[in-house]
Amino acid sequence: MYVVLPILIPFAFIILFILVRDLHYSKWLSLAGSVMLLLVSVYLFIQTSIHGIQVLHVGGWKAPFGITIVIDTFAGLMLIVSSVIILTISIYSFGYVERKHPYHRFYLFFYSLIMGVNGAFITGDAFNLYVWFEVILMSSFVLITLGSSKAQLEGGIKYMALNLLGSLFFLAGLGLLYGKTGTLNMAHLANILRHDEQAILMNSSAILFFVAFGIKAAVFPMFFWLPASYHTANITITSLFAGLLTKVGVYTMIRFFTLFFIQDQTFWHTILLVIAGFTMLIGGLAASSQYETRKILSYHIISQIGYMIMGLGIFTPLALAGAIFFTLHNMIAKTNTFLISGVISRLKGTYYLKDIGGLYKQSPLLAVLFIIPAFALAGFPPLSGFFAKFILIKAGIEDSHYFITAVAVLTGILTLYSMIKIWNEAFLKKQPGSSSIPVKSVRLTWPDILPSSILGVMSILLGIFAGKFFTFCIQAADQLINPLQYIDAVLR
Amino acid sequence: MEIVLAILTGILYTAGAYMILRRSILKFIIGIIFLSNATNLLVFISAGIIAGSPVFVQHSTNKNPLADPLPQALVLTAIVIGFGIVVFTLALKYKYFSATGTDDLDQLKKTDE
Repeated sequence: MYVVLPILIPFAFIILFILVRDLHYSKWLSLAGSVMLLLVSVYLFIQTSIHGIQVLHVGGWKAPFGITIVIDTFAGLMLIVSSVIILTISIYSFGYVERKHPYHRFYLFFYSLIMGVNGAFITGDAFNLYVWFEVILMSSFVLITLGSSKAQLEGGIKYMALNLLGSLFFLAGLGLLYGKTGTLNMAHLANILRHDEQAILMNSSAILFFVAFGIKAAVFPMFFWLPASYHTANITITSLFAGLLTKVGVYTMIRFFTLFFIQDQTFWHTILLVIAGFTMLIGGLAASSQYETRKILSYHIISQIGYMIMGLGIFTPLALAGAIFFTLHNMIAKTNTFLISGVISRLKGTYYLKDIGGLYKQSPLLAVLFIIPAFALAGFPPLSGFFAKFILIKAGIEDSHYFITAVAVLTGILTLYSMIKIWNEAFLKKQPGSSSIPVKSVRLTWPDILPSSILGVMSILLGIFAGKFFTFCIQAADQLINPLQYIDAVLR
Repeated sequence: MEIVLAILTGILYTAGAYMILRRSILKFIIGIIFLSNATNLLVFISAGIIAGSPVFVQHSTNKNPLADPLPQALVLTAIVIGFGIVVFTLALKYKYFSATGTDDLDQLKKTDE
């Protein structure tokens, strides 16, 4: 029963937000809801680590017929980290969601997005996953165009166009998969396909799913919607999307390509590695040519997605653990950098690095808060990113994928370059005198500082207790690479 | 029957692919509708069309293959989702048109600067 709470809590809050129209109460309600979600996810994670994989057959219909809700270690970890991000966004929204006309519906769609994301993490049924994707898609359409400015509508059209095509690919893949196997329960599919000799027949479905999840995850040839739309929305919404949306695509891709599309391994892993390499490099290079903080960070999301796909492409337990570690670390650090860029624009009135400067003198605290996620992303030793990259590169060398490992190291330098660019331009350089934007005297309040502090502390803790955290990741990777545990838990 | 539906699916996919490559936003949305319906048909015929057979009857002595109800349930869900999305895209298009007065996809260059 508890297993379904990550979906039920946001659903209850959606109903509440339809009734409660006052923005002030909505803010506190949203904070309460995100604390509840965090507690529930921690509880569920403890349950999975004590009692093994948690399964619920919704409505009492046994596995291959009804919808199954499954929480294994991977899903549990994703739930915890996404709840932390939701909590910080809830706090951050206190200062950034204005008391203006369109924004008073923010929380309604915020919680429907959360419901979709949590549903996608814990569902054990492929068609149900499609429905959760549509829930995510619809609420993100509304959120991204919430201000109705010209740029937002334009970004919204681009975001909508490619993501709709993605979900059509997903649905077509489901149709073909059902036609071939006669089931859409993920454990049942895995059970059927494990003993399948005609691997080549599955590839037509697998490629449709790959394109669908590739568009969601913004991998190399399909990422163009992301930098065209993310920087247009309100910074609270952009931070939320940066932390959660593409990672849902990565999560489902890892889930599908470990659980049942495992017949034609040499073919798929080569494709995944090639795409991972291009994603890393192109994202990193594009980021280094930008001068708008949100655009740098948007391209940077793409470059980081490449590391996660690389872990999936190497496909050893160590590499998968590295991919999981990297995904969780990246969700935390990436959201944090976007939050900081919002604070910078609040202080300076713009996102363009050329008009910003002197922040180190103006607010040393902000500089510290920025340097933690920036160094975490670049991979400096005491922070989380170092261990995430270290595990992935070690896995690459152990499995003798030297070329992709070299690309990963090179991309690390590009990451460092774009982070140092923001640091130099925004914090160290003097405030440019020719700036046309009037300097406002804005005091930083707790909604500016607290979310970044929470996420920064998380980045540090993940670095310091990396060993303990790594055992969880190895456990999750072990469950992924030996899907028998998952299958047994569901079909028992 | 399947062969007719398969050809229809192919025609719809072709028309949809042609329409989403047009410059007008409205034609793009029509293309999405075509593709969405083509995909719905694909899901619908994925389990095969079995005419004149019941879905499921307990203690049945019927030796003919039973019809599979699941793709129809799936396609119903997909159609409803598709309606919702088309309504949203039309609303977005209307909003964009009243803000900028253009229907030309080539004018969407503001976010790439």
